[in-house]
Amino acid sequence: MKRKTLIQNIAFGIFRLMALSVVAILVWIIGFLVVKGAGALSWEFITESPTDGMTKGGIFPAIVGTLCLVVGSMVFAFPIGVMSGIYINEYAANNWVVKFIRVMTNNLSSIPSIVFGLFGMALFVNTLGFGDSILAGSLTLGLLVLPIVIRTTEEALKTIPDTYRQGSYALGASKLTTIRKVILPMAMPNITTGLILAVGRVSGETAPILFTCAAYFLPKLPTSIFDQVMALPYHLYVLATSGTDIEAARPVAYGTALVLILIVLIVNLLAGVLRGYFNKKLR
Amino acid sequence: MKKFFETVVEKILMVSGTITSLTIILIIVFLFSQATGLFNSSVVEENHSLVVNSQNRVQTLTPMQIKDIFDQEITSWIEVGGEDEDIIVFRFSDITSYVSEEELGDEFQFIPQVMSKIINENPAIIAFLPDQYLPNPTDGTRVMDCGDITLGDFFGGEEWFPTAQPAPLFGVLPLILGTLWVSLAAILFALPFGLAGAIFLSELASSRVRSLLKPIIELLAGIPSVVYGFFGLVVIVPLLQDWFNLAVGETALAGAIILAIMALPTIITVAEDAIRSVPRTIREASLALGASKFQTIVKVVIPYAVSGIMAAVVLGIGRAIGETMAVLMVTGNAAVIPTTLLEPVRTIPATIAAELGEAPTGGVHYEALFMLGVILFVITLVISITVEIIASKRPKQIM
Amino acid sequence: MSIIKASDVDFYYGDFHALKGISMEMERNSVTAFIGPSGCGKSTFLRLINRMNDLIDGTRLTGSIEVEGRNIYDKKIDVDTLRAEVGMVFQKPNPFAKSIFDNIAYGLRVNGVKDKAFIEQRVEESLRGAALWDEVKDKLKKSAFELSGGQQQRLCIARALAVQPKIILMDEPASALDPLSTAKIEDLIFTLKSDYTIVIVTHNMQQAARVSDKTAFFYLGELIEYDDTKKMFLSPQVEATQNYITGRFG
Repeated sequence: MKRKTLIQNIAFGIFRLMALSVVAILVWIIGFLVVKGAGALSWEFITESPTDGMTKGGIFPAIVGTLCLVVGSMVFAFPIGVMSGIYINEYAANNWVVKFIRVMTNNLSSIPSIVFGLFGMALFVNTLGFGDSILAGSLTLGLLVLPIVIRTTEEALKTIPDTYRQGSYALGASKLTTIRKVILPMAMPNITTGLILAVGRVSGETAPILFTCAAYFLPKLPTSIFDQVMALPYHLYVLATSGTDIEAARPVAYGTALVLILIVLIVNLLAGVLRGYFNKKLR
Repeated sequence: MKKFFETVVEKILMVSGTITSLTIILIIVFLFSQATGLFNSSVVEENHSLVVNSQNRVQTLTPMQIKDIFDQEITSWIEVGGEDEDIIVFRFSDITSYVSEEELGDEFQFIPQVMSKIINENPAIIAFLPDQYLPNPTDGTRVMDCGDITLGDFFGGEEWFPTAQPAPLFGVLPLILGTLWVSLAAILFALPFGLAGAIFLSELASSRVRSLLKPIIELLAGIPSVVYGFFGLVVIVPLLQDWFNLAVGETALAGAIILAIMALPTIITVAEDAIRSVPRTIREASLALGASKFQTIVKVVIPYAVSGIMAAVVLGIGRAIGETMAVLMVTGNAAVIPTTLLEPVRTIPATIAAELGEAPTGGVHYEALFMLGVILFVITLVISITVEIIASKRPKQIM
Repeated sequence: MSIIKASDVDFYYGDFHALKGISMEMERNSVTAFIGPSGCGKSTFLRLINRMNDLIDGTRLTGSIEVEGRNIYDKKIDVDTLRAEVGMVFQKPNPFAKSIFDNIAYGLRVNGVKDKAFIEQRVEESLRGAALWDEVKDKLKKSAFELSGGQQQRLCIARALAVQPKIILMDEPASALDPLSTAKIEDLIFTLKSDYTIVIVTHNMQQAARVSDKTAFFYLGELIEYDDTKKMFLSPQVEATQNYITGRFG
């Protein structure tokens, strides 16, 4: 064999091996958590409150809390994000404005989540006086995922060929009607992908809720948006690092980690299916 | 009427379009407004003062000197520019070893007088007192003016010890270095795998393998950082402790490994995009000259995509620098300037996460943590701008 | 004796039957032009001669193509070596993001040449061969992107010459250039003929008539007519060729 070919075969072998190890890492992480966490999962685990200093019982309040935060942040981020995406893609005539907004959106998405936590604490908790609450946490998380919603909306709108817009205008429809009746219905599945990905992100974020809403332990469920809540990721953090008896809490911690992983899996699966379905339909 | 409605909707959409810019402005305003108080705060703990004999020639002390004096690392006034006298350290709780409790009065109303007596009798004393018990300044005592916390104390300080008394230490150097140390190590680990993964995906993998791998990488990106932290804590940390025979496994290395895994999806995705965007005709030109596929990748494709690959690396570093929970859980959080990968370090985000809960709102510590937030924000902003600049520098091509 | 010999070549992109039963021979030191409407398979056939279509997934070939008597689709053939012997010039100039010198030296280096003096000598020869030497000899270290489009294309020709191929394939080499640059390329093809065998795909009938010795007309994946260029343009045997040449379709 020629030297050149030999070098190539060796190099490509190494590339393959390294790419494979990336897969191996994922399999390792997920496999480990599934094996360790599966034993903890049960109907009681997801429907009961923690007991015995959080070393036994379930994680129901944390699930409810995360659900509250997901709903709260989406109520805020989804409409604004979608409107923002529509504005960028359909209205903003000036390229300069679009570019500016895009750069700002990029910057926002690159800000570390702990900085959002600081900001949320300063603005929502202290300045606006919401206190540690679902409201403050949701708004903070909402701002954090706004770039995801904006970007997916923009991408979704961009894939719709201009001929559909022109076709609608040609029938005498106004711009708004065109967007409402033609463009949005077509783009909705893909926009929904962004919503789902944002939900995944919100349910896993810890740093932004540390100082805006998360509670170490609450005996009762929240009754208003001004209540504190427990949340899955923070609960895992507490169980892993600062519970009353860390070793005894390990099974519950594995279970909680598995629930978080399952949420991510489901979210990615859903998004993938939706995207595939939509792309097929457009083609 | 309809026209009016359309205009209103357009205006509402426009306002939504500005929300990200508005948020960034608000973040800047709030971070800075909460943080700037730091440099107007006195070096000595709030509502407390250091009092010395008025004969003492030492006019001022730095936070480090104060700490060393109270830790008895510095024992003579001569070391800080005074007489050759042994320093007598006095904390408020020491008062009963000088006088009996009766002498303080029923409501402690005599403490100022007692204090001025103690200070006059012990010229080499330095007393740390709450402000309400300060002796009368005409009684031969003097409140030491240590000034405010300076930029130098903050950015040049080598110790972060916010709960130290009498003078909390806000030296941010170990935190900045700790952050960079862990992040750079993480990128060094992640880069070969990330680049190999990107090359594999874009140049070697069949479209079927690719469509299998892409979701896996997305999944890796979707796992919450607290789960990575947990995994690191229960798997990586004990592993390292075993391998390297360490007292504690929570080290910079553990953080770097976890961060490397977390940065992989970013690096692979961005680098793959960059490699894919290399025009096919450039590849073909190289192959047509008899170059092997590998030679083409190394000599033509990668040099052409180098700006995109750089962007991937910088983005990865940005991710690593800002990462909070995973690092908090596995690095051990000792605020010392790192020298090896096998000792605990503490990063800026981890410090904020660990301490903000205990820092009283509006206090010096709180302000210092917000200042850390400002640093973090500025770093990520610089990184974003760098990425924009690098990414716009693609080789030009006559088309 | 012919240097390229194709026998019963059928070629598929997935299910698409792109070339149907092509058989033809090309002679040493001649210029052969492939003409035909777009999508007729002329470029595809050209790219089979240096196995450039290997890069596309899901392609299939039956029949054989021989270069100097060896079937290049034989399993034992080393594709890299084949491509060093069969050079190619593309539709758009595609220099590497390197200096002018390094662009030319690239082919030598990847084929294992290390001798600096030899490389320098070959770079000069190649640039002279591509009639570019006088224009660039003072700026060999400058980026290739600083050249004009026409110069870049001649640079790409010089790059192909540097590895001393026996055959040069040209895929519409002048289609992205202005008339003046095109004329220079055509002159170049004329002089290169004495040392190389050239196969050129063109959509420009006048160009085919000006530069080539023989012309092949492709239509819908088939080789319709193949003959001396003069004969082809004066008295085509097949009606489709006649229609195409006179501009009735395509």
